[in-house]
Amino acid sequence: MNNLINLTIDGKKIQAEKGKNLVDVAKDNGVDIPTLCYFKSINPTLGTCRICTVKLNGRYTTSCTTHVTEGMDIEVNTPELLDNRKAIIEMLYAEGNHFCPTCEKSGNCEMQSHAYNMGLTVTRYPHAFSEKTIDFAPERMIMESNRCILCKRCVEEIKTKDGKSVFSFIKRGVNTRVQIDYKEERKLSEEEALHAMDICPVGAILIKGIANEKPFGERKYDFLNKNVHTSLNNNKIELKEGEKFVVATTSLAGCFGCHMSLLDIDTDLIDMLEIVEFNKSPLTDIKNFSKQCHVGLIEGGCANDENVHVLKDFREKCDILISFGECAIMGGIPAMRNFVPLQECLEEAYLNGLTSELGADIIPAHEDIPKLLDNVYPCNEVVKIDYYIPGCPPNAQHIWKVVKSILLGEEIPIAHDEFKYD
Amino acid sequence: MIMLTKNKVDRSQLMAVLWEIQRKKRHIAHDDITKIAKEFDLSRMEVEGVLTFYHFFHRSDCGKYTIYLNNSIISKHNGMGSIQAAFEKEIGVPLGNLSFDKMFGLYETACIGLSDQEPACLINFQPFTNLTPEKVKTIISKLRNGEKPSDFCDKPKSNIQYTPAIDRTVFFKPYKDFSSLAFLKSNKPEDLIELIKKSKLAGRGGAFFPTGLKWQFARQNKADIKYLICNADEGEPGTFKDRVLLQEHPETLIEGMILAAYAVGASEGIVYLRGEYRYLKAAIEKVIASYKKYNFLGNNIAAKEPFNFDIHVHLGAGAYICGEETALIHSIEGKRGEPSTKVVFPVERGYKDKPTVVNNVETLCAVPHILEMGVDKWLSLGTEKTPGTKLLSVSGDCKNKGIYEIEWGMNFREFLKIIGAENPKMIQWSGPSGNALSEADFDRTISGEDLICGGSVMVFDETRDIPTILKHFSDFFVDESCGICVPCRTGNFLLNRKINKMISGVANRKDMIDIKEWSHIIKTTSRCGLGQMSSNSLNDAIEKFPKVFEKFMADESACKKSFSLEKATADYDRIINEITSDYE
Ligand SMILES: Cc1cc2nc3c(=O)[nH]c(=O)nc-3n(C[C@H](O)[C@H](O)[C@H](O)COP(=O)(O)O)c2cc1C
Ligand code: SF4
Ligand code: SF4
Repeated sequence: MNNLINLTIDGKKIQAEKGKNLVDVAKDNGVDIPTLCYFKSINPTLGTCRICTVKLNGRYTTSCTTHVTEGMDIEVNTPELLDNRKAIIEMLYAEGNHFCPTCEKSGNCEMQSHAYNMGLTVTRYPHAFSEKTIDFAPERMIMESNRCILCKRCVEEIKTKDGKSVFSFIKRGVNTRVQIDYKEERKLSEEEALHAMDICPVGAILIKGIANEKPFGERKYDFLNKNVHTSLNNNKIELKEGEKFVVATTSLAGCFGCHMSLLDIDTDLIDMLEIVEFNKSPLTDIKNFSKQCHVGLIEGGCANDENVHVLKDFREKCDILISFGECAIMGGIPAMRNFVPLQECLEEAYLNGLTSELGADIIPAHEDIPKLLDNVYPCNEVVKIDYYIPGCPPNAQHIWKVVKSILLGEEIPIAHDEFKYD
Repeated sequence: MIMLTKNKVDRSQLMAVLWEIQRKKRHIAHDDITKIAKEFDLSRMEVEGVLTFYHFFHRSDCGKYTIYLNNSIISKHNGMGSIQAAFEKEIGVPLGNLSFDKMFGLYETACIGLSDQEPACLINFQPFTNLTPEKVKTIISKLRNGEKPSDFCDKPKSNIQYTPAIDRTVFFKPYKDFSSLAFLKSNKPEDLIELIKKSKLAGRGGAFFPTGLKWQFARQNKADIKYLICNADEGEPGTFKDRVLLQEHPETLIEGMILAAYAVGASEGIVYLRGEYRYLKAAIEKVIASYKKYNFLGNNIAAKEPFNFDIHVHLGAGAYICGEETALIHSIEGKRGEPSTKVVFPVERGYKDKPTVVNNVETLCAVPHILEMGVDKWLSLGTEKTPGTKLLSVSGDCKNKGIYEIEWGMNFREFLKIIGAENPKMIQWSGPSGNALSEADFDRTISGEDLICGGSVMVFDETRDIPTILKHFSDFFVDESCGICVPCRTGNFLLNRKINKMISGVANRKDMIDIKEWSHIIKTTSRCGLGQMSSNSLNDAIEKFPKVFEKFMADESACKKSFSLEKATADYDRIINEITSDYE
């Protein structure tokens, strides 16, 4: 074989067949470059997803569009490039609407698998809330645009026997989406339709009547990289000799349910008190902060001005602030009043409601009574929140596990049954 | 009407067909798409995909008279607001709508290449410049009276404000038609390539790739047919130099194309003219016809190595990204204007998979002049790295807006003086995808060695709000991203939101850090130049105008500024106040 060339990948000298695709060359040599749009039978390669971006002789380019030649110097796993890759996956999650637990492709989804491998727990980007559609109209398929990452695989790969496109990109920019041509779709055989669903790296192309045919454990990516250890970048809190972690808790506009759940820790409470002391909290009945705390746990959102003051006080006195429970995270039940003007709320409660006295004409107001806000606000709209523990209420063990992991700077192991409530 | 022959469906006709229907019916209806799909043997949705990519193709009626207002920041600064209001009043519906009588459709569009005579608009693609509310009123009443826009539109001024001394001018001096073509008789194509390589001519479309080298690559690639494309898409906001060249000296462009075709061995030439310049199409075609008449176009063109070459004009339809050469090629092929990956370059496999050279208007126009003046003379102009002169389009807050032909190497301060920029604060150099310059840059020189420029120069003075300018640039990129790769598609959208936070005053230090980090990700992972350059000016401005952004930088508070307790309790205060006063 005289068409072998030399190149380096992350400093490692490698020989490879000239002109071979860099993704494959790397793989042959034990370097896994993640890809989403790369698909073996599509040539030229698509180069749409950008996650295989590497540095070639100091310049950024995508691996899937690189054919190796003599002397190439390639960087794959530098911290910058790893972060770029993760960032793109995060951006894809922020741009679409992905609810993995209810997705037909969960466990068989390439993007989900990458996300797990990269230790992705949350995206750094705000959700884009872009307008997406679900098209049920095709005869056999469903086009779930909320999940489409516009990799273009389907557009290039799936054609009818007479060479027409079934899937097409329409519109442009943030509005770009894949649209199925109904007439052409009908021409596909059952097998071709399944192939379309199969090549979609996410769960955007669905075939009616086919869902989750395989149980958990038997899906494509269920145990892939099971033993890969991903770092979550937690910063460890340093304690002085003999010191305990200081935790504060409060309930704003909540029902105290989250605090009740907290107490359900039962005997673990004893373990907890070995390493934790509570400062301001309904549990201790300490009304004012007596020192700076490591962690603050907030139940409930902000419904009145006192809630806002307490929350801001917590933000100042706690290094790490955690919203726990739905009300703190998104307003919860109290936020149902956001759909009704404040005046109507007050009138209903104090003047016109069934339980108010006949002829009631007073809405209580006094400088000691907190002022109601126009809306109930989730905590993160008022101050910066570092972590969220969802649940209504979150499970006791779960709360403790999360708090402990944050305090000790450990990874948070979330077992399947802890976030599955069905 | 374009005739489609049944047995030969050439997809490169698709855009022309769409234009034809759009023109005649003022929109492209469902049934039209079905018919087109059938003619071109495509799926319906593929046609829909092409037409929805282009801004000027409408799926619903856009009026007998379609009015496009330029929404660039230059236009806004020149009073677009009052012009918009005047149009809205006259036709009775807000921007983005069709009037009730279906006479007028009023829409906005990105820069239309008239930045030196804003506010301006296109009505049925005829230009109307220096608008005033009174002028708008007259225009609408004339249209109501049945006058045709082409009969009373304005002829855009060339506003050539400055050229070097006559013996050092390249572009804007009298030119004798056909004079450069004598070169063909006595020289081989290779000679021309050598000469252009020697001249160091580099692409004026903004990438400054050496033209001679590009031609050489294309020449070396063997194929049964090669193509030469003139990029007249001029989409970068603030630039209009190609428009002026096309208006003033279309003959030099055609000669440049003939010479380039000879050099690379191309037999088909295409001028990709942006839709916004449709009013120039007829004049260019007239020049082409006259060159054909004298056998400088067509079969067997007289030369040392006689050759065949012909040119036609392809009209774009409103997509900035189609200025990118691979997107442009896709567009001519009747596809969505999405850029290719850079696995193979157009000189190897371009239009219809054949070797293709894409050159900017100014690049091609320079060629006959270089031959005319001799390469030594040309090399004596400008600087070592960038010989010759450069056309700059100047707009914004300065006295003398228009076209400047300057010799490379001019001092920046001197340039600012000539254009009459009195209180320049920020100069947007090379368009939104270029760089933001401040006082700190004013002592630099305009040259390939230092400050290189594709052509757009926008001047903003002390009175302008920088975040608002940046917001306009960002809006532009969000609108114009082709959408094929996520860093550009959604990254720019997210940066845009950050700018919104600045404008509403609630941005903080974290936002500023995010902007920097996210920009880096967008820049290093985007697929084409649009995404790679889209965050340049934002980051430049933050770096160069620390005073403007310091209040955001300084805000490290973990409380959200977007939440105001006063505002949130205002309702309650009002209600209690009303109730208590009732009962006193
Ligand atoms: C987003 C983008 C937009 C562009 N727009 C134009 C344009 O409007 N006109 C132009 O001549 N070149 C434009 N270019 C550059 C072209 O891709 C190409 O480099 C140029 O047409 C080559 O001609 P030249 O070598 O003569 O400059 C653009 C590039 C990018 C990335
Ligand atoms: S539908 Fe699936 S295969 Fe098609 S572009 Fe979207 S993500 Fe890719
Ligand atoms: S960078 Fe933007 S314009 Fe370029 S390919 Fe990506 S999405 Fe399209």
